[in-house]
Amino acid sequence: MALDTETFSILLDTVERFVAERLVPLEAQVAEEDQVPADVITEMKELGLFGLTIPEEYGGLGLTMTEEIEVAIKLGGTTPAFRSVFGTNIGIGSQGIVMDGTTEQKAHYLPKLATGEMISSFALTEPEAGSDAGSLKTCARLEGDHYVLNGTKRFITNSPSADIFTLMARTDPDTPGAKGISAFIVERNSPGLSVGPPDKKMGQQGAKTADVILEDCRVPAANIIGGIAGVGFKTAMKVLDRGRLHISAVSVGIAERLIKECIAYASERKQFGKAIAEFQLIQAMLADSKAESYAARTMVFDAAKKKEAGENITLEAACCKMFATEMVGKVADRAVQIFGGAGYISEYPIERLYRDVRLFRIYEGTTQIQQLVIARELLKDAE
Amino acid sequence: MKVLVAIKRVIDYNVKIRVKSDETGVETTNVKMSMNPFDEIAVEEGVRLRENGSAEELIAVSIGPKQAQETIRTALAMGADRGIHVETDDEVEPLAVAKLLKALIEKENPDLVVLGKQAIDDDSNQTGQMLAALVGWSQGTFASELEVADGKAKVTREIDGGLETIQINMPAVVTTDLRLNTPRYASLPNIMKAKKKPIDESSPADLGVDISARLATLKVTEPSSREAGVIVEDVAELVDKLKNEAKVI
Repeated sequence: MALDTETFSILLDTVERFVAERLVPLEAQVAEEDQVPADVITEMKELGLFGLTIPEEYGGLGLTMTEEIEVAIKLGGTTPAFRSVFGTNIGIGSQGIVMDGTTEQKAHYLPKLATGEMISSFALTEPEAGSDAGSLKTCARLEGDHYVLNGTKRFITNSPSADIFTLMARTDPDTPGAKGISAFIVERNSPGLSVGPPDKKMGQQGAKTADVILEDCRVPAANIIGGIAGVGFKTAMKVLDRGRLHISAVSVGIAERLIKECIAYASERKQFGKAIAEFQLIQAMLADSKAESYAARTMVFDAAKKKEAGENITLEAACCKMFATEMVGKVADRAVQIFGGAGYISEYPIERLYRDVRLFRIYEGTTQIQQLVIARELLKDAE
Repeated sequence: MKVLVAIKRVIDYNVKIRVKSDETGVETTNVKMSMNPFDEIAVEEGVRLRENGSAEELIAVSIGPKQAQETIRTALAMGADRGIHVETDDEVEPLAVAKLLKALIEKENPDLVVLGKQAIDDDSNQTGQMLAALVGWSQGTFASELEVADGKAKVTREIDGGLETIQINMPAVVTTDLRLNTPRYASLPNIMKAKKKPIDESSPADLGVDISARLATLKVTEPSSREAGVIVEDVAELVDKLKNEAKVI
């Protein structure tokens, strides 16, 4: 249920203040140390950020899609590594259970995810199955009341700290493609599960990804999400639909932050005897960035509204993900250009954000996959 | 012990203040408002007294327009038990606020009133002192530490050049300085729960207080912008300019 305006406005103000006063000053430190400080994670838990999207009856805030978007835009005001700490708990790590979990699974896991006592992670990608997620090779063989899982998952966000994984594996080896896949809740301490060393990445330092290796990993059959085998791919796609709007909103937030940084810098920096903001070629870059980020912002809210009205938003979510993530890439590129030499050195946040946002065009469905989804949805009716 | 905190809704401290073109005041339309930071410290102090068992009840009072309820909700989300909103759209001066708070004290009988030493909009720094005088209570102003025990309050005050620690009898009025504490962020679940806490509504007329203005604002202007400096040739010229132009030596 949507919150009243007053309550939501206090909530949003609180998130904004936390971002500006607590997180932004730590950005450089987090990038340098490749670690979000433990006391900040504790504060995030106390603030309730881990439970933003988990239903109220399980101890979360149960934000609506529109509310989640508003909060995600505010969270975009700082380095995405912070959001990543709880990003999987409010997004891809928990939503499979929220959407398709059994009553017992929800009651057991969601309250712990909402408080941050338990960290969740989403394990779909494999060394040989990225965009072609339906071709995944990790297999789950039924032995009595357990499944035995074998395979490797790659680039799994938060896996070094995860307590549970929403993990996709093929339960039916004879059915190729999406239909033979099931979604499991795999606990960290399951025998046969190990996590590789954290990946060295281009950006988003502080957010950890690593391989998850399953060697005869035994998982109770009762841990199939929803209790039904063979529908895991559907669960994964539903989870990603919501996730796409969230990533789009974060992209809008970072674009707005970059524009703010550009305005401040261009108003201060003097060349040829005046502030560079007075030059029309700089103004053109600012104007393009603003118009594009405003367009993305409007798209995301429109899609969120449609989702809340119960419409299928597969097409809209793909449009938002494609447009917003490409947009923030362009805005970041212009920001480097406006900052000039200062945009290339790490004393200013611009080069870091430039590297950070590059990931948005890749994960949770590349731009090219979004294009295919949009085209498929458009052409569906023509057949 | 019952604690009452007074909170004011002011222009957010991050906002760049703009003077209205007719010089009658500052621009407040479409400007972000939030709780006066000194009052936030007062709420935090009240919540800590509540949490460590010194206080049984914490009441947050705000005087102002309809939207001041949002400021009260913020205090409720931080941990106050209930709110009182005295609604008025008029500008209220420190004396009027002190009189309204006095009327509420007579109704609620708190043992301690904590409020910011000043509000960041008019910087009056008068309400706490006026209130203490009106109700005839002890006062501990500019507090950077507060300990309450056995009907007495030990207040460390920030004064020019150092700190002064005093002991005062309760009931008392305490005004907060910046270093008293660091206010918490209300947790998001508590913000949602705050909706269920009660806010009593009243008006200056209900409390029998005349809030009509005793001061008149003649003009509000921007601070004059700093003029460009000059580079002097030598010490002699500097001394000459200080003596004859600036007339400071």
